[in-house]
Order: sequence, then C-alpha cells, then structure tokens
Amino acid sequence: MEPNKVLYQFVLRLADHNMIMAQRMAEWCSRGPILEEDLALTNISLDLLGQAELFYDYAVELSGVNQCADDLAFLRSERAYLNCLLVEQPNGDYANTMVKLLLFSCFEKHLYTSLLNSTDQRIADLAAKGIKEVRYHYRHSSDWVVRLSLGTEESKQRIKNAMIELWRFVDDMFDMNEIDRDLISSGISVDLNTCYTAWKSDMEQIFNECKIEIPHVDNIVKGGIHGIHTEHLGHILCEMQFLQRAHPGAKW
Amino acid sequence: MENNSDQLPLWEVFIQKSGGPFKHEGSVHASDAKMALQNARDVYTRRGEGRTIWVVPANSIASTTVNDEGEFFDPADNKIYRHPTFYTVPEGAKNI
Repeated sequence: MEPNKVLYQFVLRLADHNMIMAQRMAEWCSRGPILEEDLALTNISLDLLGQAELFYDYAVELSGVNQCADDLAFLRSERAYLNCLLVEQPNGDYANTMVKLLLFSCFEKHLYTSLLNSTDQRIADLAAKGIKEVRYHYRHSSDWVVRLSLGTEESKQRIKNAMIELWRFVDDMFDMNEIDRDLISSGISVDLNTCYTAWKSDMEQIFNECKIEIPHVDNIVKGGIHGIHTEHLGHILCEMQFLQRAHPGAKW
Repeated sequence: MENNSDQLPLWEVFIQKSGGPFKHEGSVHASDAKMALQNARDVYTRRGEGRTIWVVPANSIASTTVNDEGEFFDPADNKIYRHPTFYTVPEGAKNI
C-alpha cells in the first residue's frame, strides 16, 4: 500500500473508535440516572465527536478524494468501519456503560500518550488535544466503577456482569495488522502491546481497589480493524446515517 | 443532610472566573465532595468558564430569612452617608 493509504486507514480507525463511542454515549442523553450524569455523558459524547471530526478531516486530506468528514461518517457501510468492537456494544445498565467507558478511556489515554511522540506532527497534535479530554473520561468512569463496586451487593454484581460481558472485546481493542507494522517502523504509530501493558497495570490497580478479580475469558472476539463487526454496528449506523442517506447532502 | 427523595444530597457551587471573586452558580446533587466537584464541572463549566470550583454542602450554609429583613437591612436605607456615592471612581479602576 502507498504510505498515504496506510496512514489513511490508521487515521480512519482512530476516527471510527471515537465516532461510534460518541454515538453510544449520546444514547444516554435524556435517559441518565440523574441530571448531573446525563450532562456528564453528553459532554463526554461531544468530546469524542469532536475528536472524531478532527481525525476524519485529516483522513479526508490523506484520501486525496474530493469528499468531506460527513461523507466518511455517514456514507460508509459497516464493513468499511474500522472501530474496535468494544465501543459498538449496547449500553446495557449504568454499570455496563461505566465499565465500557473505563476500558475505552484507559485505552485512549495510553494510546494518545504514546502518540504524543508520533513522527507525524498532525497525529501528535491531535493526540495532545485529545489526551486532556480522555483523562477526564477516565477519571469519571473509574470513580463510578469503584463506587458501584464498593456500593451494594447489587451494584457490585452489576459491575461483575459488565466485566464478564465486555472483557472478551479487550484483545480486539489492541489488535494490530500490517498497517501498524508499517507505521511503527516509521515512528508514526506505536506498538499497541506496550499500551496494553500500561493499560493492564491501571486495570489491576482499579479493580484491586474495587475488590473484584479481573475475569478470565475464553470467548474472545476480534475483527474490528478488518471491518468484521458484531451484530450491533449495523443498527447503530442505521440510526446514525439515516438522515444523510434519506436526504443526501442535507445541511442545517 | 436533607434527603427526602431518591436524589443525592444537595451541594452549592461557587466558581471563580479568571481571578475574580468566587460567585454562586447554582447547585448539584452528589454523594460526596469528589463527586460534587466533578458534577459541578460538568454542569457549570462546560464552555471553559472558570478556573477554580468550590462546593459546599447546602445544609452547611446559614441563611437569613424573610423575618430578619426588617432589622437586618432596613436601617441602612435612611442613612445616606453610609452609601459610597459622593466620590467618583477613577477611570480604569476595576473590581470596585
């Protein structure tokens, strides 16, 4: 693949992670357990949407095709989306959403921290912009996961259920292919195994505080970076892309 | 703390914007100070307002009541010499 195409795929992947997670978090709008949390999740969703847009803008430039960020977000089908499988999982209860946000924000925290030193200046800049927001997402979700774990029997059980449900998507989040190998050798991207080590150490610390053991799962699912998704992504795209597909080029 | 519903306890939020005095912005529900600070951040500083946040349990605030009004505030009304209205504020003076 040409260098630009490789970088395009990588940037698209970062954009898609954020776009789909933003969409999931936005589903809580007006449905939060309390007004304060409703606002917090909507804020987080908007942070992620903003990051997605900036990565899509860069992807558009790299693609060399006459298109815009909206085309990438709203006119690509499921198999063209490269987001990790974790972010497309349904929100479930609040414990489930908080565990998902914790796993994902910790992933982005370590990914962006490593990308601060990317040899691609644009990527380093976007990582620097994103890292502050992501640290807050991590703080918010880890607080809630600890609270719920140390709360009642029921809240603790719900955290445990969420962990069993979601932990099988962890490996997918750190999955790499030939794109990563190319970009690691040019110093543009980083070895996600290194990020995983740092991520795992954070998780061990938090769940130690929670007095919950990290589950051992054997039903691991992977495929996000190859565009192979779980059954949920298609439904997200149906809702998210409806307007642009029904009224092409609609603006407001 | 007063809690007669399924809402968490109430906290009053004060925010300092770029060096000025802390100003009361509103209130949030939270189960402790840590959560109250995060909620205040999310509810009142989303657009980058503010540099520092204070949160105070609402029941820690002592307040005057309507009944206090007469003796507390009325006597000042007819003592015009108490009001700093007889000199001009120098041009350019801020925060007075």
